[in-house]
Amino acid sequence: MRVLRVEIATQLGALSLEVALEVQAGSCLALAGPSGAGKTSVLRVVAGLVRPDWGLVSCREEVWLDTARWIDMAPEQRRCGYLFQEYALFPHLSARQNVAYPLRALARGERHRRALELLDRFGVAHLADVRPRTLSGGERQRVALARALARRPDAILLDEPLSALDARTRASASREITAVLRETGVPALLVTHDFSEAALLGNRIGVIDDGRVIQQGTAAELAASPASAFIADFTGAVVLTGNARPGQDGLTHVSLDGGGVVTSTQPGDGRVAVSVYPWEIIIEPNGRPHPGSAQNHLEVEITSVTAVGNRIRVGLAAPQPFTAEISDHAAHQLDLAPGTRAVATWKAAATRLLSR
Amino acid sequence: MRRTRWFPFLLVASLTAVLCFLTLPVVAIFVDTGPLDLLSSLGEEGALEALRLSLFCSAVAVAVIVLFGTPAAYLLATRRFRGRAMLVTLIELPLVLPPAVAGIGLLAALGPNGVLGGIVEDAGIQLVLTTAGVILALTFVAAPFFLRQAQSAFEALDRTWLDASRTLGASEARTFAAVAIPTAGPGLVSGLALAWGRALGEFGATLMFAGSFRGITQTAPLAIYERFSTDFTGALALSAVLVAVSAALLLSVKLLSGQAWVGGGAGAAR
Repeated sequence: MRVLRVEIATQLGALSLEVALEVQAGSCLALAGPSGAGKTSVLRVVAGLVRPDWGLVSCREEVWLDTARWIDMAPEQRRCGYLFQEYALFPHLSARQNVAYPLRALARGERHRRALELLDRFGVAHLADVRPRTLSGGERQRVALARALARRPDAILLDEPLSALDARTRASASREITAVLRETGVPALLVTHDFSEAALLGNRIGVIDDGRVIQQGTAAELAASPASAFIADFTGAVVLTGNARPGQDGLTHVSLDGGGVVTSTQPGDGRVAVSVYPWEIIIEPNGRPHPGSAQNHLEVEITSVTAVGNRIRVGLAAPQPFTAEISDHAAHQLDLAPGTRAVATWKAAATRLLSR
Repeated sequence: MRRTRWFPFLLVASLTAVLCFLTLPVVAIFVDTGPLDLLSSLGEEGALEALRLSLFCSAVAVAVIVLFGTPAAYLLATRRFRGRAMLVTLIELPLVLPPAVAGIGLLAALGPNGVLGGIVEDAGIQLVLTTAGVILALTFVAAPFFLRQAQSAFEALDRTWLDASRTLGASEARTFAAVAIPTAGPGLVSGLALAWGRALGEFGATLMFAGSFRGITQTAPLAIYERFSTDFTGALALSAVLVAVSAALLLSVKLLSGQAWVGGGAGAAR
């Protein structure tokens, strides 16, 4: 079983980091969270670049770190392929020399051949003699991936692998990384501040905040039943705050801070965060009857109208700010403009309540 | 309405003033020295000897400084420990020490009656009034120039390069040799050039510690001073030669390194 196990309890500056993770062979666990949450520190502990106060890191049957038993392998002895955020290519070496760097055990000719082979695998063999600074972001990442895989690592560590890339390169880079993870079949640990990046590349996601993993699951699980308002917010749902009280009808009614009442099928009492996905919200013209099944009709003012691909993100004030996503076509028909008033409608069943 | 453009003028005027003031003495040396004087002064036995001694001693001193200074600067740049700031200050102290004080200090430490004088003597090493003494004096005054520059060159390195090297299977020693030194190269070379320049011009500490004996401890600056009272033209000519040699040396060091690190210095230059 090629399993990566990580347990850390340590104080790093102002951050107290306490995590316990396990990644199966061929699987990618994405740690997602805001900056300063301790994500990169987890990777650094696994790679041996930081020694925690207390920690246990093992990969396959090999113990890399066990502070209780005074085991602490040097970084160069742990076989992990670390893809750094800015790729950390050596500026004084060509792409081929960068990839050959970890292959010192091989004879010169063999090293050369293998480096070219790896560059070729990532489609950048023609850039073998080029220095990193003349490479584009996407090319740098390919060279860095080739270099990280050169030693045939037992674990792969990825630090924000897509965030340094422009939107167009991200798509091909994410395909590349997914393919690599599948091919190598080793456990992979990825950290990112971007939930969509985590959802794209991770089989499972752990949301990390303030040094702790607060919820683990698949992207869909996290989005469907977020354990806290932070996670709901992080996964992309709209969050409104208010006071909940159980109603006679078996539904929960929430008086929103600043005005407005919404209804949910979920139980709740006292302070709650209401979360709804932007794409579940319907926008209707003001002053019409509401014949449909949806229970929530909130009078709103439109604050912004922004195109995102083929969708329109509509900024709303109820007066709490939130967003709805509707199709281009619908936005056109409704003739939406900032300053106009409308009604935001959604189902009570699509309204999740989270106690604060 | 015309825009007043006084600030750019101020900048240019300041630079002009600085340039004139700093280059005037150097230019004057060459203007006052005819080409014939130059040649005849070089033909003199003592002059060539002094120049040769200057080059030899400063080269040995710089070699010693680079050999010990590079790892020391790397340690200071990459580790954080208690008393580090204190240590850095101590190392930089010779920078602000008057050369005469440095000479006295060396005498007090390693002279015949100095703190370590007995040990030095027992080891059969003659320092005072010898060529070895000159090298010691040059090393003492020039080392901080290299150390400072090397430390800041290593500090300016992208730490993830060093981390990446470790995760790619390189020990710390190999990381130092294969990543840190080449990427900090331009900074190290400019430190070397500074230290070499300082060593070539060294006067006070050498005079105090090693004296001024022709062929043994009389470096070019000391030879210039000796002539100054009796043969001003000769002093001027030797000065011109020293300026030319120093400038050529520093320039070639910089040019050589500039070529070796084309494309590689981006990170270290940041």
